[in-house]
Amino acid sequence: MPQSAEKILDHGPLFREPEYQEMFARKKACDGAASFDATALQGEYTKGWEYREKNFAREALVINPAKACQPLGAVFAAAGFEKTMSFVHGSQGCAAYFRSHLSRHFKEPCTAVSSSMTEDAAVFGGLNNMIDGLANCYSLYQPKMIAVSTTCMAEVIGDDLHGFIGNAKAKGSVPEDFDVPFAHTPSFVGSHIDGYDNSIRGILEHFWKDSPTVAGSSETINIVPGFDGFCVGNNRELARILGLMGVSYTFIGDAADQFDTPSDGEYRMYDGGTTIDELKAAKGAKATVALQHWNSRKTLDYAASVGQETASFHYPLGIRATDELLMKVSALSGKAIPEALRLERGRLVDAMADSQAYLHGKRYAIFGDPDFVQAMARFILETGGEPVHCLSTNGGKEWAEDMQKLFDGSPFGKDCKAHEHKDLWHLRSLLFTEPVDFVVGNSHGKYLERDTKTPLIRLTFPIFDRHHHHRFPVIGYQGGLRVLTTLLDKMFDKLDAETNISGETDISFDLTR
Amino acid sequence: MSESYENDGQAHEQYITEVLAQYPEKFAKRRKKHLAVAKAVEAAPEAPVGEEGPLLTECDVKSNIKSIPGVMTIRGCAYAGSKGVVWGPVKDMVHISHGPVGCGQYSWSQRRNYYVGTTGVDAFGTMQITSDFQEKDIVFGGDKKLDKVIDEIEQMFPLNGGISVQSECPIGLIGDDIEAVSRRKGKEIGKTIVPVRCEGFRGVSQSLGHHIANDAIRDWVLDKSAEADWEAGPYDVNIVGDYNIGGDAWASRRLLEEMGLRICGNWSGDATLAEMERAPKAKLNLIHCYRSMNYICRHMEEKYGIPWMEYNFFGPSQIAASLRKIAKHFGPEIEAKAEEVIAKYKPLVDGILEKYGPRLKGKKVMLYVGGLRPRHVMTAYEDLGMEIAGTGYEFAHNDDYQRTGHYAKPGTLIYDDVTGYELEKFVEKIRPDLVGSGIKEKYPVQKMGIPFRQMHSWDYSGPYHGYDGFAIFARDMDLAINNPVWDLFDAPWTDGGELLAAAE
Repeated sequence: MPQSAEKILDHGPLFREPEYQEMFARKKACDGAASFDATALQGEYTKGWEYREKNFAREALVINPAKACQPLGAVFAAAGFEKTMSFVHGSQGCAAYFRSHLSRHFKEPCTAVSSSMTEDAAVFGGLNNMIDGLANCYSLYQPKMIAVSTTCMAEVIGDDLHGFIGNAKAKGSVPEDFDVPFAHTPSFVGSHIDGYDNSIRGILEHFWKDSPTVAGSSETINIVPGFDGFCVGNNRELARILGLMGVSYTFIGDAADQFDTPSDGEYRMYDGGTTIDELKAAKGAKATVALQHWNSRKTLDYAASVGQETASFHYPLGIRATDELLMKVSALSGKAIPEALRLERGRLVDAMADSQAYLHGKRYAIFGDPDFVQAMARFILETGGEPVHCLSTNGGKEWAEDMQKLFDGSPFGKDCKAHEHKDLWHLRSLLFTEPVDFVVGNSHGKYLERDTKTPLIRLTFPIFDRHHHHRFPVIGYQGGLRVLTTLLDKMFDKLDAETNISGETDISFDLTR
Repeated sequence: MSESYENDGQAHEQYITEVLAQYPEKFAKRRKKHLAVAKAVEAAPEAPVGEEGPLLTECDVKSNIKSIPGVMTIRGCAYAGSKGVVWGPVKDMVHISHGPVGCGQYSWSQRRNYYVGTTGVDAFGTMQITSDFQEKDIVFGGDKKLDKVIDEIEQMFPLNGGISVQSECPIGLIGDDIEAVSRRKGKEIGKTIVPVRCEGFRGVSQSLGHHIANDAIRDWVLDKSAEADWEAGPYDVNIVGDYNIGGDAWASRRLLEEMGLRICGNWSGDATLAEMERAPKAKLNLIHCYRSMNYICRHMEEKYGIPWMEYNFFGPSQIAASLRKIAKHFGPEIEAKAEEVIAKYKPLVDGILEKYGPRLKGKKVMLYVGGLRPRHVMTAYEDLGMEIAGTGYEFAHNDDYQRTGHYAKPGTLIYDDVTGYELEKFVEKIRPDLVGSGIKEKYPVQKMGIPFRQMHSWDYSGPYHGYDGFAIFARDMDLAINNPVWDLFDAPWTDGGELLAAAE
């Protein structure tokens, strides 16, 4: 009997006990599935070049994509504003999925309401759902703002958000002057990063459209962080940097506090975030800076259209990317980069120099959102590593061209390639046919690690199976130090694991490395 | 094992009044019908005792009705009920999340339906396979794409045992004919292809998705049962409605095998298509999750004359009662073996109760789960001396609330399709020692300083079924409640949340 009160076995060891193993064998003998031999043969076949070619010839089937859909990005975006409730117009299951998905990553509450449209709404439209939904949301959750986005159901039937919200206000669902910005976020266009972009643009348009404030009337710089699973650590780090520089800034959405509330006995449904007053004033900013270009294209267009200067980055991670951000912010604000930041930079360079021998020439695969992949590839090049396979399911042709320029600019980039619109099943073939030392990505990469035995380094959203990484920054020089340490830890752990059998492989089990 | 207890029904009535006061009038009226306090029933001594024991209370509330817009319902959709619950675990089939990318992405690997197999080669459970609809597919229709997706699945995964097409919202709205494509392609590739019309906007919750998924099994799988390669035996049973979350179905299967039964098919945790096809050759259907699979049991009873029986493998009282009930169906030989099984595990059960009972006795629990566990797990807690203060379902029907009356003690707070607001208020007022619900509820509750266990995914633990599972269940409840972190919430320099005046 495997289980006992003294030593309770978890599922892992429990199912390795003979009672279970024998039962699995009995079941397998008559389950009608493929035989062991056939499975072994096909398993080997999937590792080869021929399979890779078929895999890359896929035109319709998508297997293990590294992207989510637009409204997830909208729900994330709305979490960055003070006392704002996300209102997802369409089927209710979507809202449940977004909330779960974000909670699993942040290990935090995530709120969103749905207009719960069903068959009748599919036929007659979701106007009544909007009217009732806004009224209920307003009275139950007492938000300062309700940010509306859409699921594909509402998009396919063509619900008119602008008209619906006006109608709901006329019916008294919420006061006439209550802020209900909205964005159409069809899940069959783009990905979560576009939903983020559409939502932020929708919120800015709502507050800026009829405002007399003139762009450039203040010295403030707007910061658009982009969809960022590390927003908790990153936004606070950026605020610290900007504080050191003495720059006046406004985050256009800052979810750091919302996704990092303390445990002290009180559940805060809302915490932190950009206030409505700050949003209104942000139109007067002299510039809007996006930290993730591919997340913010429409938002930047809009900011430019009201007369603001704009600039964008690709997730400023590592030395040169951070340099560029600081210099741009300095140029825009007229504030010098303080000595303290030059020292921080020097400390990161120092750390990289200390460890360079271990990272030089290492080969990597990187996957994730386009800005993250670009950032990570750039940093790896700075360490003397080779970002051999760079893959983004939601990165496009322009992104791939940018990546090629990045590779061309470094001797370590010559064997590297960007794969746009590809999924993790493509990456599996790449890893089998052209192996690398590490994969950098998110938790979904663990299946690649299992199959190809390439160690996975989790550095981007979503991270479900490791805790609290997102609470630390990865951008800026401080963030760079953390990324560097994370890479090194994985590398050293691997080195030790390969040299830790006493009397066999432990010749190289060095105390000092 | 559990002592009799009663909840403070009067206080619970008061809490209901208080939460309803926050709603606009029209919706307060509607929500009122979903909230109640369990009322004691005077059971006449001669009243027949039902399958689940005597009726203790009346827990009737309105259920299976559309959620009110804007209230933060915890419910999901029909796709979640079909792909996520019923079909997803069938391991040797490739399940296409047909439509845009999101649905498959958010549900990817989240139900923890364990299986044995080589993923991507002969099993496909923890994969996200989607047709990833783009705007052109919405405009021009997706049938051609589906055709191509199926061809490419055959190329990539030739050892798949079959394919299912799990419809997302747009499919039903743009008029695609997935049935025609499935039929044609099925013939072409010589495999079962099951179209499932589980678009998320259908019905009011996951529940209709279960029903639609059951109907798809009836129409597209069981019609092949005559050809199934399976020599029927006298003790063949199907385990129905066990999704093998954290290995539940394995911990259950072991007990059934030990008492001399043979498992014909396991629906649908760790299942293969072949196991499902041969199900009509069994002598008895044993159903655990009544809510999600009663439909197919009723169908098999009608069409193949196979009786079905509900059972409950949570906690030793119910396990023993269920083993006896099942054994009775097969006669004295199996009954004797069932007694042997119960006796064999008695020392384990005694050990668990001795170890954890004193640490958990009298602790109050609130539950809010799907369609079965809000009643099924109650006795497992009570076996440990714990008390259920409130319970409710996301997507139960009338018959579930009736069955709840066999479990719930008088005064228990009952909440159907509870809203985020209501649950938060109820938890705040009752302040139970433990809340068992889902990922969306976990963190708000924990912030209040109240221990929590996810009761959909077993909080990444499990199994919780069977005797092996009960040990883990007891251990998990103890570690949640008795962890020292709950005593660290208040900073010592504050007094009840107010900062003490600075030292003079």
